Amino acid sequence: MLIKKKPSWDKFNHNDVTPEEVYQQRRHLLKQIGFLGAGTLLSFPAQAGLWDLFSDDKSSEHFKQAGLNFKKQPAYDQWIYGDETPEAKVISHNNFYEFGTSKTDPIDNAQSFQVSPWQLRIEGEVERPMVLDYDALFRLFPLEERIYNFRCVEAWSMVIPWIGFSLADILKKVGVTSKATHVVFETLYDPEQMPGQKNRFVGGGVAYPYVEGLTLAEAMTELTFLSVGLYGKTLPPQNGAPVRLVVPWKYGFKSIKSVVTIRVTDKQPPTSWNRLAPNEYGFYANVNPKVDHPRWSQASERRIGQGGLFSAKRINTLPFNGYGDMVGDLYKGLNLKVNF
Amino acid sequence: MRLSTKKIFSIKIFAHLTGMLPLLYLLLKVLEGQAGGDPVQYIIHFTGMGALNSVVLTLLISPLAKQFKLGGLLNVRRLVGLYAFSYASLHVLAFFSLDLLFAWSLFFSEVAKRPYILLGLLAYVLLMALALTSFSHIKRKMRGHWQKLHNWIYVIAVLVPIHFYWSVKSEVIEPSLYLLTLFILLCIRVKKFNIFSSKKTASRQ
Repeated sequence: MLIKKKPSWDKFNHNDVTPEEVYQQRRHLLKQIGFLGAGTLLSFPAQAGLWDLFSDDKSSEHFKQAGLNFKKQPAYDQWIYGDETPEAKVISHNNFYEFGTSKTDPIDNAQSFQVSPWQLRIEGEVERPMVLDYDALFRLFPLEERIYNFRCVEAWSMVIPWIGFSLADILKKVGVTSKATHVVFETLYDPEQMPGQKNRFVGGGVAYPYVEGLTLAEAMTELTFLSVGLYGKTLPPQNGAPVRLVVPWKYGFKSIKSVVTIRVTDKQPPTSWNRLAPNEYGFYANVNPKVDHPRWSQASERRIGQGGLFSAKRINTLPFNGYGDMVGDLYKGLNLKVNF
Repeated sequence: MRLSTKKIFSIKIFAHLTGMLPLLYLLLKVLEGQAGGDPVQYIIHFTGMGALNSVVLTLLISPLAKQFKLGGLLNVRRLVGLYAFSYASLHVLAFFSLDLLFAWSLFFSEVAKRPYILLGLLAYVLLMALALTSFSHIKRKMRGHWQKLHNWIYVIAVLVPIHFYWSVKSEVIEPSLYLLTLFILLCIRVKKFNIFSSKKTASRQ
């Protein structure tokens, strides 16, 4: 005779446990919880984990980056200090107010951003105006990789391997006129894609489109870079896809993202952060440990490198972010405390 | 209406959960890497908002109790106030440990040079004074002085939103809403403010 003895863990009857219809609906219920609780706030497509419970479909909303052909340019390595920042941190800690003001908003909100088709206009005081489409950005010049220090005005910093070409290359190609003194850059204005442009609350009260500018001499320095990629791939949207400026001796807000217009002009342009708070953000915005931001010190910076929260280091900030040899001459005779 | 001991107990449990769940959320976010590549700013902001929200809540309790005649609600005020202090402690600690990386000299020079940090620290010191004197036996010993000291919550309620407003780069809408909310909560009590000038001992409220 078969003696059926239930093990101790099997003491429940079927009607003691979760009703079947609830069990069948579990995914639906989880979705609802996710929607009601935190919604898109919690979705984070780049990494799998606990929060995936709350997002339904992560693979399809993840922006697709493509590999790039490029040549390493180690000549710029001599200026960097510290190791490369891990890619995962560079693409998940971004200031891109068009997608929201928190550091994680860009990676959370920009994954469906359309980078192709794209048009980059080079216009103004130039001999031969140009419009570059998406493919031209990658074909016009041979791409090179440069590892640069990146210093945010908020006193944190990274070391990032960018891929792209010198801004000077493109300016030489279009030929600037004799009237030219400055270069203006504009980010895409597309409130349908950029929630921060649609809603003041999301966008932090910045007047869009975002505008930045350089003097012509700054723009023509070989260090000034137009980046179309990082870590061997095309840029993800949160880092300014498909094309962005990188000016490594200036605070990060000068390195404007997702650029659609490069306009050569005959006067200094108004620039976004400078207009918003002229006493805090100057037009030049050169990295300068001797000129504090009114609300925090610029003498040192938190280097975001490898390792966890407590392995971060505070390091001394260098004048011109370490690029003084390269660009110091541009500012001869200029009082950098007044022209901060 | 009188709230039963049991009801007050449930309200307290609810208040504890409201106070602690956000911390659990923060912990999971950070551990799971969902607070961004460099969660320091996230943690500082999150804990700061926790403190600010708790301050708003403590000031909301007595108007609610009055309006709905639920005197028993006043029993949870201390608990909410202690959460304000706890969040503020985490906020200061995160700033000092994660952002400044324990650089004492930088901490002091930042406090001295940056008015918004000084305001925040001032509010924190006041909150600490309130937290340390929150025990019942100390309250009894202090008698009338206790209420006078604890009226400083109204000063905290002014300092904290200004500290927030001053600290942001550009997104002033949210801090403005907090300033407005706290202003309204203070206006409701306008009659109380002769307390600072009058010699009468404070009413029990």
